[in-house]
Amino acid sequence: MSNAVSTARTAAAPATTGGGHNGQRNSALAWLTLPALFFFLVFAVVPLAGVLILSFTSWDGIGAIGAAGMGNWFSVLADPGLYNALGLTFLIMIASWLVQTPISLLLGVFTAGSQRYRAALAVLYFLPLLLSSAAVAIAFKALLDPNFGLATGLGLPFLAQDWLGVPHLALGLVIFVIAWQFVPFHTLIYQGGVRQIPKSLYEAAEIDGAGTIKQFFHITLPQLKYTIITSSTLMVVGSLTYFDLIFVLTGGGPGNSTRILALDMYLRGFRANLMGPASVIAVILVLIGLALALFLQRLGGKDKQGSQLEGM
Amino acid sequence: MSTALKSSTEETPTGSRANSTAVQRGPGFRMRRLNIPAGLGGWIWLAIIIIPVYYVVITSLKTQEGYFGQNPLALPTSPTLENYQLVLEADFAKYFMNSTIVTLGAVIPTVLISFMAAFAIVRGKGRFLKLVNGMFLMGLAIPLQATIIPIYLMIIRLNLYDTLLALMLPSIAFAIPLTVLILSNFIRDVPNELFESMRLDGCSEWQTMWRLALPLTRPAIVTVAIYNGLHVWNGFLLPLVLTQSPGLRVLPLALWNFQGEYSVNIPAVLASVVLSTLPILVLYVVGRRQLLSGLTAGFSK
Repeated sequence: MSNAVSTARTAAAPATTGGGHNGQRNSALAWLTLPALFFFLVFAVVPLAGVLILSFTSWDGIGAIGAAGMGNWFSVLADPGLYNALGLTFLIMIASWLVQTPISLLLGVFTAGSQRYRAALAVLYFLPLLLSSAAVAIAFKALLDPNFGLATGLGLPFLAQDWLGVPHLALGLVIFVIAWQFVPFHTLIYQGGVRQIPKSLYEAAEIDGAGTIKQFFHITLPQLKYTIITSSTLMVVGSLTYFDLIFVLTGGGPGNSTRILALDMYLRGFRANLMGPASVIAVILVLIGLALALFLQRLGGKDKQGSQLEGM
Repeated sequence: MSTALKSSTEETPTGSRANSTAVQRGPGFRMRRLNIPAGLGGWIWLAIIIIPVYYVVITSLKTQEGYFGQNPLALPTSPTLENYQLVLEADFAKYFMNSTIVTLGAVIPTVLISFMAAFAIVRGKGRFLKLVNGMFLMGLAIPLQATIIPIYLMIIRLNLYDTLLALMLPSIAFAIPLTVLILSNFIRDVPNELFESMRLDGCSEWQTMWRLALPLTRPAIVTVAIYNGLHVWNGFLLPLVLTQSPGLRVLPLALWNFQGEYSVNIPAVLASVVLSTLPILVLYVVGRRQLLSGLTAGFSK
């Protein structure tokens, strides 16, 4: 991954300095960005500003919008519900990362192997990629029925729990189903990463007598550093958007035990018709997203240039 | 799988240095020893994926009596399609059409305008293009849900509430950042000599874009089209908030409503799950190689 991008960049550099009519060309090129820019400004940047403005207003979603000053912010920040949602969001984010990263990494290495049966398994592994969150949630609700679901089917009584009725079980279930749905995508990313590791590294290790496990820790894992960062960024920022799955699976319940920030925002805004406080939550979501992305970028960005050269 | 990757790299006409190294490195590496723990883990994960899928499919073929009477994982004794009939009678053909319209209506413009922007960002220089690129990159970090309230307000004010167009517009805007990022990574791989020779032939940037960059980045375009297509097809929040008429439901929303109405008839609910996934499944069976190798190429760059 690193190698390909860095060589491409150096190759592209002279292109931009070579032309004789740079000013003219650049303005011609600038026009090409306008359609995308227009859509992005109108339906992403404007709403982003809008959500900040709406956080200082009161609106029920239908009637007139009135000014509310700092009222929404004070009431939301004083609401223990916010801290519950914040805590759950981070809990699910961290748990999801801890569950999904090792599994996807190992499966990525596994499916990148050249054995025939692994390729056949991979085709089935990626099935959840095709399903909508609504479909996955509905399927699991049926599967977990204590009488007519998996518990009876497999003869495993411990599966016959009230999964959606007990807070910590519901939370565990949410983390499991998220992993079920998203591990395939990250497996795919790791598979791609593993396939780009130079074969010669393994051949050299083989000559040195390093076994499979040693090869994994000394070659595969370090070589996948940037793949891990890419996958983790998508996973962590994506975890802020687990709305639909949780909405259909638990609806935030039992009680508020799976009511993460995104769901909290929806329920306040579109169920309780309190768009002002819901916008406060939305602003908090945006800030968390930006902070996480910056943090992860810093984590990966430091010595990126150096190791890219190293890989060549 | 190894042959799949090999053929996909050969198809990729972006014959830059980046690609030739990929070929040298070869697809995967051969583990000579039989790796038993890995194999075991692989089969366990397969069970975790397949058992739910199997359960959904066989239950959707059971009668209500079969559902209550049989072992849940046993094959139906008298398989029936009446659940599917019930789902189709609940207007699923219409919802399928709606999903198709929204998906095509969002993906085609997204890919087209993102390609143009990516081309400009890679080929051009200057503060304006840098600014645009920086803005798109920042867009990657923003969760869509967070702007749903102002989007709802805007869609109402534009008189677009409860239309399919209302679902397409924000979908396009939110797909742009990642699409531009992936496409510009691929356009960077086009060797500079090719651009130079186009320029010497007197081609404008516009012509260069369509005649050179577009054909050479075709695999990337397929990748982003598939990725965005899956996202829009499976999207739930936008339809939930921006439409209300039953006639305008898209599949995920229809699924959710159907589940609410028929909560006692589990086989019918699961038939709706299967039916809503079927079109994508058919595409997967037909274009699996393209899809998987495309997604791998797009995201491991």
